[in-house]
Amino acid sequence: MHSPAAAEAEVARQMQICNACRYCEGYCAVFPAMTRRLEFGKADVHYLANLCHNCGACLHACQYAPPHEFAVNVPQAMAKLRLQTYAEYAWPRALGTLYQRNGLTLALALAGGLTLFLLLAVVLKGTLWQVLPAGSFYQVFPHNLMVAMFAPIFLFALFALALGVRRFWQEVSPGDRAQDAPGAAVAEATRDALRLKYLDGGHGLGCNEADDEFTLWRRRFHHFTFYGFLLCFAATSVATLYHYAFGWTAPYAVNSLPVLLGSAGGIGLLVGPAGLLWLNLGRHPLHGDAAQKPMDRGFLALLLLASASGLALLAWRDSAAMTLLLALHLGVVMALFLTLPYGKFAHGVYRSAALLKWAIEKRQPSRLQLGSE
Amino acid sequence: MTASNYDVLVIGGGNAALCAALSAREAGASVLLLESAPREWRGGNSQHTRNLRCMHDTPQDVLTDAYPEEEYWQDLNKVTGGVTDEALARLVIRDSSHCRDWMRRHGVRFQPSLSGTLQLSRTNAFFMGGGKALVNAYYRSAETLGVQIRYQAPVDRLELRDGRFRAAYVGSERIEAKTCVVASGGFESNRDWMRAAWGQINGEWVADNFLIRGTRFNMGVLLKFLIENGADAIGDPTQSHSVAIDARAPLYDGGICTRVDSVSLGVVVNKQAARFYDEGEEFWPKRYAIWGRLISYQPGQIAYSVIDAKAIGRFMPPVFPPLEAQSLPQLARQLGLDESALARTVRDYNAACRVGTFDHAVLDDCHTEGLSPPKSHWARPIDTPPFYAYPLRPGITFTYLGVKVDAQAAVHFSGKPSANLFAAGEIMAGNVLGKGYTAGVGMTIGTAFGRIAGTQAAAAALLGQQRAA
Repeated sequence: MHSPAAAEAEVARQMQICNACRYCEGYCAVFPAMTRRLEFGKADVHYLANLCHNCGACLHACQYAPPHEFAVNVPQAMAKLRLQTYAEYAWPRALGTLYQRNGLTLALALAGGLTLFLLLAVVLKGTLWQVLPAGSFYQVFPHNLMVAMFAPIFLFALFALALGVRRFWQEVSPGDRAQDAPGAAVAEATRDALRLKYLDGGHGLGCNEADDEFTLWRRRFHHFTFYGFLLCFAATSVATLYHYAFGWTAPYAVNSLPVLLGSAGGIGLLVGPAGLLWLNLGRHPLHGDAAQKPMDRGFLALLLLASASGLALLAWRDSAAMTLLLALHLGVVMALFLTLPYGKFAHGVYRSAALLKWAIEKRQPSRLQLGSE
Repeated sequence: MTASNYDVLVIGGGNAALCAALSAREAGASVLLLESAPREWRGGNSQHTRNLRCMHDTPQDVLTDAYPEEEYWQDLNKVTGGVTDEALARLVIRDSSHCRDWMRRHGVRFQPSLSGTLQLSRTNAFFMGGGKALVNAYYRSAETLGVQIRYQAPVDRLELRDGRFRAAYVGSERIEAKTCVVASGGFESNRDWMRAAWGQINGEWVADNFLIRGTRFNMGVLLKFLIENGADAIGDPTQSHSVAIDARAPLYDGGICTRVDSVSLGVVVNKQAARFYDEGEEFWPKRYAIWGRLISYQPGQIAYSVIDAKAIGRFMPPVFPPLEAQSLPQLARQLGLDESALARTVRDYNAACRVGTFDHAVLDDCHTEGLSPPKSHWARPIDTPPFYAYPLRPGITFTYLGVKVDAQAAVHFSGKPSANLFAAGEIMAGNVLGKGYTAGVGMTIGTAFGRIAGTQAAAAALLGQQRAA
């Protein structure tokens, strides 16, 4: 294991080379942000590492990439440091180590989640295989029990991520308050995050996967994943509203809003993670950080399991398999929520913060007076 | 052993070779391209380039204002001191006004001028990602179109008969083709040839201390072969484009980032800690290309740009950190210079400075009086620690020696154009750029003549085919 300082020093070394070259300025925000600096201290490299989307364009375009002795591989250096920043800013700090062995973390969370709900079902109902009135989920797990289990975990995840990103912001933008950001900057950062602007390569052709060819597939699959996730979340929110505000309890009809939203989201969460996983398996070996693959793939697998089990539950909610499928689905979702603040999901939060910092920074005049070259 | 039956053989793997291969393939010819480098080093000097100098009469996508043909020609005429061929130069200039759509079709993308290069926003279209991205796009397009590509295939010699191309040899392998485009670059990577070309200056083999900014694969094998076998040569064999770069740069492929832009903000001293040229004569972009030669004439071919704390943050950041010291004697020790000599040089310079209103963005009124050589602008005493130094050496960009071609890119033998041997890129750039340089013109020549050579080679091959049928 390298020391934390080594990953920072490597990014600083490469940025010094890039800053003297600048050919990649058109690809993304990292390089224009770099040109506003002459030195690359801890705050700078942490910021730039999280601004990098690991698209790969600058690696294939780099005249200093290996086998050149300068050995410039910006996406890889950034990825290594990025993972380290997640661990460093994680709250509580001690749990940051979960990022380092994320494959194991996810596996344990999944095993734990599944065991919990399978056992719970057996304890509560005495069996995993029984015919119950169509989709009567709450006969297996009472509604209040589910709320009592999931709400604290979800709220904890939000809280932990918020504290983590707050620490990140204080480090990379000391003295700046995110809430003082100009509205236009917030709007731009939001737009850039929601559209995944920096996966378009700057020319609209997309990013690199297996080789120097540009493709928009990562961007598309990520959209499927992210908006699928949002739709699922919306389905749950609507259902919660139905439950508490209107007293309408599950199961909901196939053409009801929660089911429609959840089905669409579930399909997005099937297609997106499957596509991302496929791209991840074919990625160029020099892209990114090999040590991070378990985290990336583990998270995608968990999302796939969540959507697949959710859709299966919808399909067989009238059958004897419902109890088993429900336990499986809840176990997977529990694992997902438990690991939200200590896995791949965090990238979206830190990336958005970095995009906001860039949107603020680019509106300020540069302090450098380098003259024209 | 004989392989072949291609219509067009392209020898080389950089921009001009790729433009030739793509154009020949588009014209319907079967094409084999031989790149001497392995795949990861493909592209020759093109992988280090960044833009194309473009004629345009109105603003275009990434180009501001206008850069009409006449102005472009005047610029070229000026930088070459008239060592050019107006007809060929205008051919290149006109091609630059419309070649970019073709480039885009083959995957090249453009971006506005990079930060720190505002002075080029009118005249130069920058490649998104730089020259290596352009090279990648061309190879990808060539593969898609069915151009056969071989790496690590250095051509040693050609088989010529009466000025006609018959075959090329890669080692003992004989490769036939109906026509051939030679786009294999200059000879700057060939240390022995460079040594012989520059010879001795003050008893030193100066080229031994040169760094090569570009590829290690431009050995000039075919350039030498062609000239020795009757092709007409053009350009001064002893000349090369030489700039001052960081002495710590790698021997090859240091590229753009090894430049040092601090010269005009301080003084430059040689091994004896003596100044030798006006550091503030002109804006640095207009002077960096003479400093390589200036340093070539200094003992050991080394010099040091010395600045103080006032200069930090006022020039493009160099790739290597400067040597830093709290005092000048300390700095002299780090540089291996005589302490008292450096102290004297700086003392004399400081005393001669007439500081007015310092402004690095204009030719300001800060200058020296009674100092030889003078410093005409931006002269401020070097008196504020810490003191910094960047070691400088000559960095060779390219050589000027080439083969004579005509408007069809045909190689000339004793004044007569070959019917089936064409040349493009650095190996013939001397026809247009006999001397000097201006940003982006090398890529413009390579693109224009690559396209011409490819088209002509395909036409000659297909015409021969018709005759045979």
